[in-house]
Order: sequence, then structure tokens, then C-alpha cells
Amino acid sequence: MTETNELIRLSAAALAEKLAAGEVTSVEATQAYLDRIAEVDGGERGINAFLHVNAEEALAVAAEVDAIRAAGGAEAEALHILAGVPIAVKDLIVTIGQPTTAGSKILEGWHSPYDATVVERLRAAKMPILGKTNLDEFAMGSSTEHSAYGPTRNPWDLDRIPGGSGGGSAAAVAAFEAPLALGTDTGGSIRQPGAVTGTVGVKPTYGSVSRYGAIAMASSLDQIGPVSRTVLDSALLHQVIGGHDPRDSTSLPDPLADLVAAAKTGNVEGLRIGIIKELHGEGYQAGVENRFRDALELLKEAGAEIVEVSCPNFQYALGAYYLIMPSEASSNLAKFDGVRYGLRVLPEEGPMTIERVMGATRAAGFGDEVKRRIILGTYALSAGYYDAYYGSAQKVRTLVQRDFEAAFTVADVLISPTAPTTAFPLGEKLDDPMAMYLNDVATIPANLAGVPGLSLPGGLADEDGLPVGIQLLAPAKEDARLYRVGAVLESLLEAKWGGPLLQSAPDLAAAVAGPVETLVGSQEAK
Amino acid sequence: MAAINRDDVAHLARLAHIEMSAQELDRMAGELAVIVDSVKSVSQAAGDDVPATSHPMPLTNVFRDDVVGHTFTAEQALSGAPDSEDNRFKVPAILDEA
Amino acid sequence: MNTDAILSFEEAMEKYDPVLGFEVHVELNTRTKMFSSAPNVFGDEPNTNVNEVDLGMPGVLPVVNKTAVESSIKIGLALNCKIAESCRFARKNYFYPDTPKNFQTSQYDEPIAYDGYLDIELSDGTVFRVEIERAHMEEDAGKLTHMGGATGRIHGADFSLVDYNRAGVPLVEIVTKPIEGAGSRAPELAKAYVAAIREIVKNLGVSDARMERGNVRCDANVSLRPHGRERFGIRSETKNVNSLRAVEHAVRYEIQRHAAVLDAGNPVVQETRHWHEDTRTTTSGRPKSDADDYRYFPEPDLVPVVPSREWVEELRATLPEPPAARRKRLQGDWGYSDLEFRDVVNAGVMDEIEETIAAGASASIARKWWMGEIVGRAKAADVDPGQLGVQPATIVELAGMVEDGKINNKMASQVLDGVLAGEGSPAEIVEKRGLAVVSDDGPLLEAIDAALAAQPGVADKIRNGKVQAVGAIVGGVMKATRGQADAGRVRELILEKLGVTV
Repeated sequence: MTETNELIRLSAAALAEKLAAGEVTSVEATQAYLDRIAEVDGGERGINAFLHVNAEEALAVAAEVDAIRAAGGAEAEALHILAGVPIAVKDLIVTIGQPTTAGSKILEGWHSPYDATVVERLRAAKMPILGKTNLDEFAMGSSTEHSAYGPTRNPWDLDRIPGGSGGGSAAAVAAFEAPLALGTDTGGSIRQPGAVTGTVGVKPTYGSVSRYGAIAMASSLDQIGPVSRTVLDSALLHQVIGGHDPRDSTSLPDPLADLVAAAKTGNVEGLRIGIIKELHGEGYQAGVENRFRDALELLKEAGAEIVEVSCPNFQYALGAYYLIMPSEASSNLAKFDGVRYGLRVLPEEGPMTIERVMGATRAAGFGDEVKRRIILGTYALSAGYYDAYYGSAQKVRTLVQRDFEAAFTVADVLISPTAPTTAFPLGEKLDDPMAMYLNDVATIPANLAGVPGLSLPGGLADEDGLPVGIQLLAPAKEDARLYRVGAVLESLLEAKWGGPLLQSAPDLAAAVAGPVETLVGSQEAK
Repeated sequence: MAAINRDDVAHLARLAHIEMSAQELDRMAGELAVIVDSVKSVSQAAGDDVPATSHPMPLTNVFRDDVVGHTFTAEQALSGAPDSEDNRFKVPAILDEA
Repeated sequence: MNTDAILSFEEAMEKYDPVLGFEVHVELNTRTKMFSSAPNVFGDEPNTNVNEVDLGMPGVLPVVNKTAVESSIKIGLALNCKIAESCRFARKNYFYPDTPKNFQTSQYDEPIAYDGYLDIELSDGTVFRVEIERAHMEEDAGKLTHMGGATGRIHGADFSLVDYNRAGVPLVEIVTKPIEGAGSRAPELAKAYVAAIREIVKNLGVSDARMERGNVRCDANVSLRPHGRERFGIRSETKNVNSLRAVEHAVRYEIQRHAAVLDAGNPVVQETRHWHEDTRTTTSGRPKSDADDYRYFPEPDLVPVVPSREWVEELRATLPEPPAARRKRLQGDWGYSDLEFRDVVNAGVMDEIEETIAAGASASIARKWWMGEIVGRAKAADVDPGQLGVQPATIVELAGMVEDGKINNKMASQVLDGVLAGEGSPAEIVEKRGLAVVSDDGPLLEAIDAALAAQPGVADKIRNGKVQAVGAIVGGVMKATRGQADAGRVRELILEKLGVTV
């Protein structure tokens, strides 16, 4: 048990080294993670990070890697550095051989006949895919409570949300159910779950990772990115999935920078780090603000120059986002109509026309939040409102980009808290969409402008002992800067804490197995 | 900008092909009114001189050569279909003439 | 099924002035689809020319076919359009089971080509300029087959079957500005305009341009206004007008129908009409309603198309000879008179004659066959001449048999009927039907003697030098031999017998 415990707590980079050195096999590592999933993911109070566990295929890939390594020679030499390192995939990303649900009833049981580009790249690197992770339905949410398959629980406190929409991927990594995971980030769905689970998440520059095979929510905002426990691990995974893809017209032709090397640079001396005036202070939890200040202090001590920048148009970013995102989503989700795949529901009464079948299918197949956004988007695009809503929002996008451009003339990297609060209790904001949307206030500007952002653990908030995320933002195509600064900040923080933040997370196996009352009690004690 | 009412939501739900009960329409109208109110500042944020940005990255002319790639068999194409017949997707009548 | 009142065309023209508009969809003949690499092939097994993109599967993304863009620019140039410095795709959102994503990727406010014109030559040589508003790129929908019910139509169907092979096939939609001033020639202009578009895209090599396969499809807008009024009337849009003759008939019918509506003091309903070839009438589609709020917005999965001026000029340099210039050249090459050539053009068989000549026939033989034999049959069968499926090689073979004296013209015509009836090749039909010119002079001489004996007066006239009169005797012989004789040989034998040398 202890050995397994140690194995699953290794970073991906450390596991990769042990695999390469022959100290452990991929089958052992993959099985250890599958065991962990079996231990903590299911049951009434399980994490519920996984919607599907892909044990057989994952072990087969692991065995293949082990066999290649054992045989040695050119093929073993040619193995990718992450070969044999298991990974979890957000269930918004299509995979052959496993169901893909997008967290929605409308796709229950659907099997994609093709692989997403990023999945092809994972397969090419021979990374065993452990399974598909939970999410808010069609990635619409900030808490994973909008999943049709039940909420995911935060490993730090089982009665709190793990963030969203990629709560499954973040929780899986935080709960040591996987060393790595893929997420998608439209308005913060990788970074905000990272923040509230004490993990690392990166939204790459728009276009630097192919979107082919990621079920689109808002095409001009969506981006696939890595989820991990360390900055270096995210860099390693980003390097696997990134780079040009001719199947995605918005894929950048530029070659991917050496992100792993950036994560190993080890210094931030002379770098100008900009505090965004509009993204901290009022509206941010005190404990969040305190950990943010600590991070600034450490960076300053390490030789970085801290400057303050103002991005006045960020005040419109949330509004613009909640016009652009639902507009694009209303169109992207039109294809789910019960004709070609997925759910078909017949109307209970009245004429049985295709119109009515589509209407009944979409009524039964979509959850409330998805319907809300489709209706909102339909409204924003409809005749007579386009200019005032969608058109204006696209202009705000220009203004947000200009704010970033101006900020990046005085700072190399920008910094802010990732989310205004720590993880809130399950159910707290479910009936208040606007309160839920405010979680994304600090992450949304990056999506509107297409710039990359990274969230890493900044410590625990004083008032609730829950993880706080620090967000770094860089100019478009300068993702390497995030890894450089992020890795340095991470090492400074870990030195201060005496190890990784997740080390101070509660004993999950006990918590999951423990009686409900105890947990509620412990939460109240906080 | 006009406030969003129940009739508006009913119209939008028809456009979006989502059947909604009277109750749902009422609830959705209330929620959307709050959201629409909170995003309305967007329409005053930018002047006429500000261009719209529809893509975050300024790419142009991304093309594919006219070369045939993979196709599915009819069986693969129909593998997830709720209903099919004669290698085609089967859908209920388009017009209501009952 | 149709009970709409109509006015006579003449009366309609007396009272009203028609304004036309056309939206012609041209299917491009690229190897692959507009946004996916699945093959663009007509007539294959259902749902086999599809991949995940064409089926609108979750997660898919479109990528623009470069050849389709080039074809679109070529069409724009051939229509004397300006080519946009920059243009975008947009999503047109509507739910329909033949539309896999429930939006069509099209172009909205930024078409690739705009502000052009096309000079249309009418049958009497009058040239009418049609202004082109725009030509834009989009994708075709899948094919719905309505099952159950009596008619195979959408009305009365129990269910429908969808084949997505056609989904995503590249289309260029060519939209005219309102066409005023055509008057009573509106139906003729309509046909000539669509024929001209078809000719241009075929000539450019960018489309197979086969209307019977839906490669060129026309939506015809018609409105009427009282003579002297500037403001347009309310228009109808007739869809599914898929042959040249149908275009002419549909416009004519709609003019008559509108006139009757207006005459009755009613407003014309702005609506979609469906053309029915069998009854040559239109029926009401759905009226324009809130379902037509298409919620266009820029397609976020595609980036702008920015044709550089160099690229446009490169494409311009590849354009083939324009059809009007080509017509001038062909008329010269073939030596047809203005009238002969115009008849050929109006009959819609210029391409066919060109192909027949290319296959080895002389210009006069090709014209004789197409104009003398095939056009009439097409008219009788109520189809376009090209649709009869007569191959150039068939005509060359038939003409060769006549020239060699194996059969005469009358028999050749019968053989053509056999070919059209699917009885085989000309040689096979001649064989099967036992058609052959009687070449043994013996029986002929007997028939000639009999004919001369029957018409002694005519025989005398010929002897006295009135050689033209020989026709009457030849006719008698042909009648007696049931057309099996070679008329030329009969004439020779008669003259020989009567001692007349010519």
C-alpha cells in the first residue's frame, strides 16, 4: 500500500524517469492509478472524477511500452519521454474505444468513430489513457455540478466544488487518480479548477493546441491544455499535444517553443511582472489576496521587477464573454438534435414531426445551464439584437486585446489570483447563475484575447484552509514565459511549504470511506 | 435594450428547438433578465471606431489541398444513429399533416 | 392539386411590369467537399462519401478547400465581378435534418465576388445586361427522401430518409440584382440567363453543370408592378426549378399567377413556391416567418479568405475563352449562317454539335442531325436535347453508314429511334431490324419499269429534258420498295433507262 501510495504521488516527470530507468514498469504505475481510482472515485462520497475508466486499454498500452523498453534497441530509444505515463482525458474530447458524453444526457452511450488530434498525439506518445473525466455539461459551468452524471467532489473537502468545467480532470490529478490530465478552457475551465484543487493548469495560446475533436462550446475561445501537479509536468504534456494541426483552421503554423526547457530555466531575474489593478482587491476573498501578496513578495525576492498595470476594459470582459460564448455555443450545440447520433426523445403528445422530436430531444437531453446559454446566445444573435450584443461584444474583445498589448509593453508576464474565492460548498451557487459566472472574472480576459494563462497553487487561504490559485498571463505565443516564471514561483513556494501543497491535503481514502456526518462536522469546524 | 420577457423566451426556444413548459419559460425569463441586465454595459463600452475581433489570432487564408481523404462506411456513419433504414438516417415526417 | 387562378400571359403583360431576380446555385466539381476531404462524387451508395465532418459529429472542424476558392474566384471573374480583398464565412442557423450541423456554412455580408454583370443574348440577338449582386461560397445539404404517402413528396410522407453524401459539396450561389425592363421577354430572359450561367461554369471547368443532377439549380424571384410604378411589388421565390425550360415556364407561370392575385385586389404573399414539372405550376411553400431569423454570425472555426491581387490575376490568366467569344469563333469555324447558328444556340445544342464535330462529323452533318433529328425528339419527349443521351459517336456512326450507302437517311432516323430505345448500337440495330439499302439493281429495274408505265406523261417530260420531274418516278419506286431502295441509285437508273445524261 505504501509503495502504491508513493508511486501515485510521483510527478509525471519523476515517474517518467523511473520508467526510463527500469525502476518501475508502466503496468505497475497504471495499475496503481487504476487501484487508486477504484479506491476513491466511486461510492456515495467518492470523488466522481471519472465518467469512464479505460482499464483494459490503458494496461495494454502500458504493457506495450514495457515490452518495448524491455526489448531495448532503437524502438526503446525512440520512446517518448512520457511513454507509459498514464493520463486522464476530459470527457469533452472524443476518443475511439471509449464513450464520450460531454457530461450530457444527450450523448449518453455515444462512441466517437474518430480520435481528437490531442488523443492521437497521446497515443503516438504511448501514454495509457486511464479514462474520461467529469465536467459541467458541455463544459458550461464553474463547479462541475452541471454534469448530468453527478458532481465531482473536491479532494480537499468532499462537500465543496472542484471548480469547473474541468473539475473532473483537476480533482483526478489532485486526488492522485492520475498524474496528468487534459482539460479544455473557454473562460477558465482549466485554470479555475486548478486553483481550487491545488493543481497546475494551463490554457495555451489560442491556436497552439489543436481543437479538432474537442466538442466545441465557443469556438473562438476554446483551447485544450494540460492539467498536472507540477509546472514541469504541464510543460511536458503541453509539448506532446501542442503544435500545428491542418485539421484545425485556427491552428497556429508556428513551431512550438521548447516549453520544458523554459520550465527548467530556473530564474526570473530582471523579468517585469505586472499586477493587473483590475484583477485583485475588491471582490476577492482576503485569504486569496494574502496568498497573492506572498507570491509577489517571493518573486520580488527572486529578482523580478513588480510593476502595476491597468486594464480598464477588463470590466467589460465578463459581459462580453457572456454574449460571445453563448452565441457561439447556441450554434455549436445545434447539431445535437436526435438525427445522426445520441439521444432521441419522442414528444409525449401531439404531432410526431421531426421538429417536435428535435425539440423534445433537446428538452430532455440538455440540462438547465445548457438551455440557459443556448437561449441567451440565440437572443444575442437574433435579428435586431446582433449589433447591440454580439457585435458590441466583439468590439470589447478588441479593447481587451489592446489592454493586454499595452500591459505587455511594461510587463513581460502579468499576474493575478486565478479565482476570486476558494472552493465554495456544493449547491451554493447553483440557483444563482450570475454568482456562478463571477468565478471566471479573472480568467476570462485571456480567452477573449487568446493569450496563454497558467494557474499554480499559491497556498491555502487563512480563513478556510483551502487552496488558492495564482494566475500568470503572457503575450500570445509566449507560453514559454509562463513555464519559466511558474516553475520558479512553484519552487520558491514549495521551499517555503517544505514540499508540494497537495502534501497537506486530507487523507482522501479515509474521507471517502468515512461516514457522512463526520465530514459535515469537520467542515463546520473549519 | 428591451427587457426580456416570457414571450421572448418562448420565441427563442422555438428558434433553438427546445420544448419548454410554461413553468420553464417563466423561470428562464427571470434568469435571463438578470443576465441580460448585467451584460448590457457591453453595448456602451466601445465606440463606432473600434473594429470587431472575431478571432483572437489574426490568421488568414488557411486552406486544404483538394485531395481525397478518409471516408466512413455507411455502417460506421450510421453506427450512432437513433434510427436508420436502407443505409440512411431515418427521421419522422417533416410536415405535420395529421 | 393546384387551384391558383391565373391570368393569360398577354393580359398580365398588358397590366403589369415584371421584375425578376435569380439565385443560381452551382455545385463545383472539386474532388473533395467544401470543408472536408470526403469525395465529392454524385450517385454513390448512401452515406459512403462522408467522414466525421460531413456528418456534423461532435468535435469536428471545417477546413476550406483551396480549389473551391479558386473556382469561386474564377466564376466571379467570368461574371465581371470585383473580387473581395478580404471575405469571411458565416453561419446561417436553421434546423433541418438534411443540414448536419443545423447551420449552413455560407457567406453573408462578405461575399468573395460582388458587383458584376452578364450580357445575355436573346433569341433574336437582343443583348440584355443582367447585373450580378454577388457570388458567394457555401456548402450543399444532404438529400432527403420522403417515404410513405402517395407522391414521394414531403406532403403526406410518413417519414424521411437522409443521405449525407451531398452534404458539404461546394456551392457557389450567384445572386442577381433586381432585373427590370424585360417586359414580356421575362420568361425567355430567365431561361437565357440560367443557360448563360450554366455555359460559363461548364466552360470554366469548375462544374459539371448538369442540371438534371442538380449541378445548377435556380431559385427564381418574380414580382409584378403596374406599368409606370417604380416601387417593386411583393415577390415570390420559386425553388426547385431545375431545367432551362422549367425556368422559363416557372417565371411565366408566376407572372400569370401574380397578375391574377393583383387583379383580384389581393396582396401577393411573400413566400417560397415549389415548382412542379408535371403540372407546370407552383405551390405554396412555407411563408416567411420567424423561422427565417437565421442568426448569421462570422464562422469562428474558419479564418478570413484574403485573395491577394497576384492570386486573382493568376487565376484570371487561366480563364478560358468567354462563351460569347467562343460562339463567334465556332460560327466562323463551322460556316453556319447567322440564322442557322442562332437556331443552334437557341435549341441548346451548340456544345453537342461541337462534341459531334470533335468526334469526326462534318459541321453540316452535325447540324443536320442535332437540329433535324434530335431537337424535335427532345421537344416531343419534353426534355432538353442533351438529356436524350445521344452520344457524338452514335451520330458519326450513323452518318458514316448513310455516306457508305449502307442505309439511307430515312433508315438512319429509324436506327436513331432504336438507339434511344436502348436497342443497342447503330450497327446492331441495322442488323437486328434487317435494314439495308436494296443494292441489287434487278428488283429495282422492275419497280422502275412499273413506275414509268404508271406515269407515261412524266416519263415523256424527262425524256424531253425536264430532269426535275424524275422525283415523281423516284417517289413511286421508293413507295414500291417501302423505302428500302437507295434513292440516289434509283435516280441514276431511271435517267439511264430514259437515255438522259445529266
